[in-house]
This record gives sequence, C-alpha cells and structure tokens, in this order.
Amino acid sequence: MSEVLVLVDHVEGEIKKVTLELLTLARSLGAPSAVWAGPGYSDAARARLAEFGAEKIYVADAEEIAQYVVAPRAELLARLVADRSPAGVLVAATGEGKEIAGRLAVKTDSGVITDAVGVGDGFVADLSIFGGGVNVRSRVTRGTPIIAVRPNATPPVAAPAAGTEEKVALVLSDSARAARVVERVTQEKGGRPELTEAAIVVSGGRGVGSADNFAIIEELADSLGAAVGASRAATDAGWYPHQFQVGQTGKTVSPQLYIAAGISGAIQHRAGMQTSKTIVVINKDAEAPLFEIADFGVVGDLHQVVPRLTEEIRKRG
Amino acid sequence: MNIVVCVKQVPDTATERKLRSDDKTLDRDAADGVVNELDEYAVEEALRLKEAHGGEVTVLSMGPAKATETIRKALAMGADKAVHLHDDALHGSDALSTSYAIAQTLKKIGFDLVILGSESTDARTGVLAAMLAERLGAAQLTLASKVEIDKTVVTVERVTDYGHDRVEATLPAVVSVVEKINEPRYPSFKGIMAAKKKPVETLAAADAEIALDQVGLANAWSEVVDFAPAPPRAAGTVIKDEGDGGAKVAEFLASKKFV
Ligand SMILES: Cc1cc2nc3c(=O)[nH]c(=O)nc-3n(C[C@H](O)[C@H](O)[C@H](O)COP(=O)(O)OP(=O)(O)OC[C@H]3O[C@@H](n4cnc5c(N)ncnc54)[C@H](O)[C@@H]3O)c2cc1C
Ligand SMILES: Nc1ncnc2c1ncn2[C@@H]1O[C@H](COP(=O)(O)O)[C@@H](O)[C@H]1O
Repeated sequence: MSEVLVLVDHVEGEIKKVTLELLTLARSLGAPSAVWAGPGYSDAARARLAEFGAEKIYVADAEEIAQYVVAPRAELLARLVADRSPAGVLVAATGEGKEIAGRLAVKTDSGVITDAVGVGDGFVADLSIFGGGVNVRSRVTRGTPIIAVRPNATPPVAAPAAGTEEKVALVLSDSARAARVVERVTQEKGGRPELTEAAIVVSGGRGVGSADNFAIIEELADSLGAAVGASRAATDAGWYPHQFQVGQTGKTVSPQLYIAAGISGAIQHRAGMQTSKTIVVINKDAEAPLFEIADFGVVGDLHQVVPRLTEEIRKRG
Repeated sequence: MNIVVCVKQVPDTATERKLRSDDKTLDRDAADGVVNELDEYAVEEALRLKEAHGGEVTVLSMGPAKATETIRKALAMGADKAVHLHDDALHGSDALSTSYAIAQTLKKIGFDLVILGSESTDARTGVLAAMLAERLGAAQLTLASKVEIDKTVVTVERVTDYGHDRVEATLPAVVSVVEKINEPRYPSFKGIMAAKKKPVETLAAADAEIALDQVGLANAWSEVVDFAPAPPRAAGTVIKDEGDGGAKVAEFLASKKFV
C-alpha cells in the first residue's frame, strides 16, 4: 500500500486533535506516515501518532524549522514527496496549513485542494462552497494530491500501528529563511477546547448585548465542555476577542453541535459554521435567517433561555 | 517604494452564487461583481504605507473585462495606477495557474512589496500569497494584522491559531492582510473622478510571458468532478419560549446524546 503523508499539527509538541483525524482518514487511503516538523518531538508524541495508525514517523525536529514562516515545512514535505512518492499528502486546513499546502503544491508541481470536509477513494475531496450552498467533489489531476482537510471532518479512531521512526536532516534553503519569527506570543487558552477543534461550539452575537453578558455564553459552553465563538458584530463591538470570531473572515468551524445565541445568520457568519452537524438557534426574532438551517430553534430572549438551558444541563450532568 | 496590491473581483456574497453547468467553473455573469471585501483592507494598507513612506501603489487584477469596475474602485480609493491582466486563455485557472500568471506579471512590472487580502470570498483558498512568495523567492509575511516598515525591513504581526507571531524580513516581500488590520476608506467624490483618468494598462498573457500551457481550465492541476446544491437541511423544530425554552433545548440535546 502506498504511503500517505500526514503533516502533524502541533503547538510546541502538543499534538492537535486534527492530526489524529487526518491519520484516521489517511488509513482509508493508504499507509499513513506522520511527518513531524519542528521542535517538541517526544516519546509521548511518537506513541500517540502510532496509536492512531502512523506506520512511519518522519522526524525533522530541528529548532530552526519553527523559526521561519511556513517555508521550512513546505520544504520538508517537498523532499519527502520527492524521495517517497507518496499517494498523497494531507494537512490541516488551518490558515497556516493551507499556506504550507500552497507552497508545497508549487514546489512539487502538484494540484492542491483546500478546505475539504471529506476525502474518498482516489483522493476525491468533498467541499462545501458558497457559504454551504453547494457541495462539490474535486480531485487533483496533476502531480501528487495535496489536500487541506478541515478539522472535524472525521472522528479520530485509534488503530495502533508500528510508528517506525525515521529522522530527517533538513538543510534549509536561503529562501526558506526569508521570513524570520522574532517573537511568538501564545494566548492563554484557558480551560476550553480550541474553537476549530471543539466538538461543541456555543456562539454569541449582537443579541448578547455586552461584554459582561458573554458570561452566560461561557457558562453554557462550560456546562457542555464546549468552545466559545462569536459573530463579527460581537467581536467588532469588543465584547469578545477577535480570535473567536466565526465566519468568512474568522474561523471556520464544523463541530458536532453549534449553538448560536443572538446571531441573525448573515451569509458571512454562515460561511463559517454551516457544515456543523447539528445546529441550535436561540433568537428573539422568529424571522432571523439562521432559523432556516436550525435543527432546533427557540424564539425567545437569550437572557432567559440560555441561563435556564445551562441550569438544565447541569442538572442532567 | 513600489507597492503592488492584488485585487480580485468576486460575485457579491449577498447574491446567489452558482457554478456553470457546462465547465463547472464559477458563473461570473450570474451575479454582480464586487471587490473582494478583504482586498479593500489590502488597498487601504498599501495606501497607508505609501502615505507614511512614499512610493507608488499599483493595483493588479487578473480577471474578465468587467473586472475594470473593481480596478476603478481601488483607484478611487487612492491607488496611483493599475495593471489588468485580461486574457480569455486565463478562464478557469486554479490557484496554481493564477499564482503563476500573477507572479509572471509581477516579474514584468516590478515590485518591492506585494499586498493581498487573506482570501477571496469566492475561491476561498487563501493560498495565493504563499504561492506567490514561493514563486518569486520573496519573503512570506502573511495573515498580517499589523505591518511596519523601517527602510528595507518589514515587520508584521502574523495571526496564528495560538496567538500571534512577530515576523521580520527584508524587502522584497509578499504580505497578506486580515480584516482587523485597518478600516478601509470610502472613495471620495474627488477620488472617483480622479480614478477615471488614472492609467490602467491591460496586459494579455503573452505580454507578461505567461506560457499558455500553464493556465486556463484545460491545464488546471485539479478539477471539479461533480457538484450539486447542498440538500436542504431537514426542517428543524422551532418553538416559542414560554419559560420552558431552556428545558426544551436540553431535552433536544439529550435526545441527540449531547448531554
Ligand atoms: C467582508 C465581511 C466579512 C464578514 N465576516 C464575518 C465573519 O467572519 N463572521 C460574522 O459573524 N460576520 C461577518 N460579517 C458580518 C455579517 O455580515 C453580519 O453583520 C454579522 O454576522 C452580524 O452579527 P450578528 O448576527 O451577531 O448581529 P445582527 O445581525 O445584528 O443580529 C443580532 C441578532 O440577535 C437577535 N437578538 C437581539 N437581542 C436578542 C435577545 N435578547 N435574545 C435573543 N436574540 C436577540 C436579533 O433578533 C438579531 O437576529 C462580515 C461582513 C463583511 C462585509
Ligand atoms: N484573479 C486575481 N487577481 C488579483 N488578485 C487575486 C486574484 N485572485 C486572488 N487574488 C488575491 O489573492 C488573495 C487570496 O485569494 P485566494 O487564494 O483565492 O483565496 C485575494 O484576496 C486577492 O488579493
């Protein structure tokens, strides 16, 4: 079976859930080989990747790889593509993952597909475009298929494999060293799961009314072990930090459950959440467009409904 | 400083967007064309950098004839001149072809700094800036929420999943901007009038030494196999809160095993 390269998405050694999803997906396409780039590799990391099906693990853990923007990781993958002729390459469809995919595509003269919500036989990718209005199946026709897959495309399933380690010594080109990271600022992520990875997301919009009122959104999220999101109206108003914005110009989320409170459902918001599996909407305006895609909706004041819901969930928990 | 800002015309997100049934490409005639909203932030940033450091702002757009409307808008905001890459051979180009065609054009017209939006609202690939950096051998300073220039050194704050990175490079560089970077200006009446007289140079593929076997639908590196309107979501239940709305949601969540 031919190899499928999976770029490990990690923050300073901590493997992100999306990597386990990609390994799960890769197993249906070939033999998964994890590719570790940057410092932070450990025995624990090896064990985790093997647990989710990595037959091989290519390790390039030089400090230097993390000191420059994107290009070193594209260079590493390009070299592995040249040496190993894999059947395809999967990366996470994060802002950075897509950029890695893009540079890799140029380097290897290969097609690239971004934002896949699924990948089937022959690396045919499922996409949801135009704010969720149209479903597309695409495939790469030249070179090695390079596919950036959205978090939550598939549930991660363990399937232990050998996880044979192979060190890769990478000598970076000068152009890979063009953009140097001089400072790295990591935001406190608190106790909540990360927005793009969370199985449940609770988002608040203009209807929440103030920064203080976001507390009720956070409490609901915490009762469900969920991440908190916000509409642009809420982030623009300064009620919630910008990095939690969901939508066209914010994060794209695709959780099992998306709860929206006080969000009308503008197309730009929907573009970031429409592929959520189950959608619950709380809005006092029965005409709010988001109700059109709700599996369950409540017409009512969120200041009443949300705290009651939290209370009810706590009771059941 | 020679700043080139890449601007794309896209179908208005407020209208219904379609793929063409014949060649499965975006139907650009079905919807009104507008400036890709994120590119307005790129134009604004280019203008601010010019105001602070001097130089010239050139708008570069690849697209059909009607993309001139979009070019005029960027000129009306204050850009100095424009290059319109327009050739029927470019129809159906994917990200690889587009990046190739734009890179060739940039080589021809010259640049110190290229500024793009972080993604287009139609293709939404968000890869173009990275591809241009790769093709041009220029520094990749993308997903910037802040750009500073000191002579030939550019520093940006790059938005990451975990916070941000401060990234530094020497010109030439390719920057893409996120929408929190600035507040784009509205073209003034004077700006709109002035834009009508600003030079727009139209280039065909051959003018930019673009090899025809690297662009267009027939040479794309990927293809749409098929597409269909997303099946409408099964109509959900909507209830009115009578004091029991919270409890009803909890019941629904329980029925789906979320609690
Ligand atoms: C280039 C561009 C990019 C954009 N990108 C994004 C993006 O990434 N993400 C995004 O979200 N938006 C984005 N937008 C903005 C988008 O168009 C909408 O303006 C925005 O989503 C509206 O946010 P909202 O639903 O919270 O506010 P509104 O549209 O004002 O809706 C508020 C809703 O709350 C309800 N409400 C009010 N009070 C209560 C209450 N007490 N209880 C219950 N319900 C209540 C109201 O009935 C209303 O439906 C973008 C726009 C542009 C032009
Ligand atoms: N045809 C085009 N002409 C000029 N700029 C473009 C074109 N296509 C994309 N861009 C630029 O590339 C950015 C990212 O686009 P995309 O990779 O399609 O999401 C956009 O915000 C534009 O700045």
